[in-house]
Amino acid sequence: MSGDIGLPISHRQRLWLYGLGGLVLLFLIAPSIIIVIMSFSDSTLLQFPPQQWSLRWYQSYFQSLEWRDATIVSVKVAIMTALVATPLGTAAAYAINRGTLRFNGTINALLTASLIIPVILVGIGTFFLYARIGLNNTLTGLVIAHTVQALPLVVLTVLSGLRSYDMNQERVARSLGAGRIAAFWQVTMPQIRFSIVSGALFAFITSFDEVVVSLFISGGETTTLTRRMFNALRDQIDPTIAAISTCLIVLSVLLLSLAQIFGRRH
Amino acid sequence: MSAQSLLLKEAAGPGQDLNAQALRADARRESLRLLALLAPSLFLVCAIIIVPIGWLFWLSLFDETGAFSAANYARFFEQASYIKTFITTFKVAFIVTGACVLLGYPLAYMLSQLPRRAASICLIFVILPFWTSVLVRTYAWLVILQRKGLINSWLIDLGVISQPLSLANNFSGVVIGMTHILLPFLVLPLYASMKTIDTDCLRAGMNLGAGPAATFRQIFFPLSLPGLASGVVIVFVLCLGFFVTPALMGGGKVVMWAMRMEQTTSLYSNWGAGAALGVVLLVVTLALLGLFQWLLGARATGVWSSR
Repeated sequence: MSGDIGLPISHRQRLWLYGLGGLVLLFLIAPSIIIVIMSFSDSTLLQFPPQQWSLRWYQSYFQSLEWRDATIVSVKVAIMTALVATPLGTAAAYAINRGTLRFNGTINALLTASLIIPVILVGIGTFFLYARIGLNNTLTGLVIAHTVQALPLVVLTVLSGLRSYDMNQERVARSLGAGRIAAFWQVTMPQIRFSIVSGALFAFITSFDEVVVSLFISGGETTTLTRRMFNALRDQIDPTIAAISTCLIVLSVLLLSLAQIFGRRH
Repeated sequence: MSAQSLLLKEAAGPGQDLNAQALRADARRESLRLLALLAPSLFLVCAIIIVPIGWLFWLSLFDETGAFSAANYARFFEQASYIKTFITTFKVAFIVTGACVLLGYPLAYMLSQLPRRAASICLIFVILPFWTSVLVRTYAWLVILQRKGLINSWLIDLGVISQPLSLANNFSGVVIGMTHILLPFLVLPLYASMKTIDTDCLRAGMNLGAGPAATFRQIFFPLSLPGLASGVVIVFVLCLGFFVTPALMGGGKVVMWAMRMEQTTSLYSNWGAGAALGVVLLVVTLALLGLFQWLLGARATGVWSSR
């Protein structure tokens, strides 16, 4: 069984490595699993495994107006962010992929800046700017701020799709009389659409899970789910959060599998 | 001179110029179109990130009375509480980065040696936490580590300890939580770079009589260093600006850089001081990334494409 990489080392000699790696994988995944299991506990105490099972924490999540409002805000913002960031990011990736612009390096650095710049600084800066132009505690403000956070992921995802696509196909379509937009829409787009969908999913989850910027710029009626969770965690550990966390984990799993499926087809 | 010869002359001389001019104009138009595609994204990034940060930098140059001064920066060297914050931040960053290397290297190595199918299944366990909200994972560690949490109740039930250990709401809680959250940032680029190591090199080493340990030490490990370096830089830089986990798991005792920024601006509304902290954080971050890029010629943002 050493044929996989062709080295004369048997799997048995490597058992220690598999054991160690397995433990690290367990460390990575165990917290999520523990939370999912605990969310079905009947007790307010933290017992693991739970003695009695119930859905009471899910009930308290869905029945609480505060949590429900915050969830709705987060879903709205995440959908709008995906709708804004995806076309913008796709257009930007298309332009970067041509590679003919003189300042391509600078443009690239600018577009991926939000991955590098400490998010706390972005949060404070955005709050400061929004305070001047009245965008704090608004949905518009949240969507704009989250779009900036999501853009680099959309750009990188679509760019990787474009890199494996032969741009000559679009040139052929245009030489045959298709307009620029028609050529993109009918020839390029169908071949990179899976990357675009993956990018949109990443934009959605980036916005939905975003904490730090939302802490600064959301509040009142536009309090996002993550902001409310953060404040709740600062006070005390309410098992309702286990139910919410489980929903978030399920959402991540769903979106990630969708992205994987689309990614594979591409 | 007939009209025809005039035309020919035209085609040989100024006509070519005209042609080249038209091509240049076309290229210019094309560039403008591409810029138009980029414009909305660039505008948003500039408006939301670059302009406010520039503004904060400007603010940091004035003291509370509005006079131009370096007081906001001088404070970092004078006040013990700031010095303590920096020391805490770097201590956490070093320990977390070290822990990520110790845990992440064997994992990435294992993933790179497994058959493709097994590796992609194991990778799910790395990528899934990566895409799970930081808040959810911090909450999970609070549940596991706190005074009446899982670890303490298990250990007490087993009779190992009689008094609960203080694992959360202190330094160790912050380190454990952050290690868990940042580990994928080290494993993914490291795994990607390990996959590109040519197994022929290893085979050649073994053919020449090196044992498995020597092959690893002398061939595989040095070849994996660039990937390791990019993971280390990313984790370290993210540690410096980390907010959520220390704020929730530090119990107010572990004040890191980002928390200090939040406190000075939100709590004390001292924008100049908060902005100065942010400027130094940004400079340190960019310096580390720049140094890395200069040393290895690789872009640190590459890690994001590997998600």
